[in-house]
Amino acid sequence: MSESLERNPKCEVTFTVNGQAMSLQVHAMERLLDVLRHELGLTGTKEGCGEGECGSCSILMDGVLVNSCLIPALQAHGSKILTIEGVAANNLSRALQQSFLECGGAQCGICTPGMILAAFHLLSKKPQPSLDEIREGLAGNLCRCTGYMQIVEAVDEARRHGTAT
Amino acid sequence: MRAQPAEYELVAPGNLPAVLSLLAQKPGEWLPIAGGTDVMVQYSAGTLAAQRLVSIWNLPELRRIEDHADEFQIGAGCTYTELREHAVVNREFALLASAAGWTGGIANQNRGTIGGNIVNGSPAADSLPALLVYEAELILVSQRGERRVPYSSFPIGYRRTRLAPDEVIRAICLKKHFSEYYAHARKVGARRAQAISKVCMAALGLFAEGVVKDVRLAMGSVAPVPLRLTETERVLKGKRIDSTLLRLARTTAGAEVQPIDDIRSTARYRAAVAGNLVAEFLEQLSVSRTTK
Repeated sequence: MSESLERNPKCEVTFTVNGQAMSLQVHAMERLLDVLRHELGLTGTKEGCGEGECGSCSILMDGVLVNSCLIPALQAHGSKILTIEGVAANNLSRALQQSFLECGGAQCGICTPGMILAAFHLLSKKPQPSLDEIREGLAGNLCRCTGYMQIVEAVDEARRHGTAT
Repeated sequence: MRAQPAEYELVAPGNLPAVLSLLAQKPGEWLPIAGGTDVMVQYSAGTLAAQRLVSIWNLPELRRIEDHADEFQIGAGCTYTELREHAVVNREFALLASAAGWTGGIANQNRGTIGGNIVNGSPAADSLPALLVYEAELILVSQRGERRVPYSSFPIGYRRTRLAPDEVIRAICLKKHFSEYYAHARKVGARRAQAISKVCMAALGLFAEGVVKDVRLAMGSVAPVPLRLTETERVLKGKRIDSTLLRLARTTAGAEVQPIDDIRSTARYRAAVAGNLVAEFLEQLSVSRTTK
């Protein structure tokens, strides 16, 4: 083990997380998910399946929705990362949080950060999605509690709210 | 067993010549990784054979889309999101746009690349039958230079391809021959989205003067490699579309595919579905208006 550590020393990765510039010494193949959770203590990003099926580790990287479990740390070098902790400061996500509360869009909570980020990504790209487009926008995010109806309603509610303000 | 990051090396030279130079030094030693939607899954599961990886994600040389008069070139590093949002892909190569929209959820479409899909070589990949019917060509590049190969000759067995260890795919070339054709893409899976196909099909047809003037059929998940159904195409060409032809299409396609039993389906079901999909396509082709 120490031999392989010797062979593959850590490298410096620089990126912005939730508006804060930072520089970290990490192994290049460390999953971005683990860097966020273990190195930075940003545990709002969850690990579900660890293979890009469930969406609970969703983050925005340079404004694009990605599964952080499938991103090696080095590929995040130079990027702007937004996690659920950073998204909480934004108007749109405040509306989303409120609508998830009102519509019962969150139960156990494991999928919720990913759902909010997927919805945030969808509404940022397309402020007035149809119900089908909402379903498609959330399709990579699995929930075992709600049966999805409340989540789709919550996003639709945030969409309506978005036009009102 | 969980992968230990310290046991793996990953470098990101940032340009194509540097990547090719690395691959040429010790062919087979370095594994290119683009969006990671396949490689990182194997890595996390501890089944990745390579220990040294070179990032080709976001290389500018692999992300170009070039629209020439008769040919459209897609950089191998383009993502599914880019494909499904591109106006020319939607207009001229609708089968590819549909398949891009079926592939995974939004997050995976944002990272998965067309080149990665081709090299990964899954027989179930939804976009590969589209490349067969459009008769795509691949531009492969290494330090030795570039070569152009038809995509149809690229897969040589289950998850095996003609790519040399020092090569990467630079671009996928599609001839703009098919704008008059009726395009039909169909996926059969356990559910509509987020499910690997039991059978998927890409089909192009030209129906005029009451007969099938031309037809191109390809399927995924029915053989070790994405399969062009040349025998079925042959028996359909020049024929009127009637119940006799639909029966012939079902039996010929069902016999031409070479499916297996696996966790997603059975060989028998797949062969039956393959026949039904061709028949369904022909029925729609017979009422299509292919003249633009």
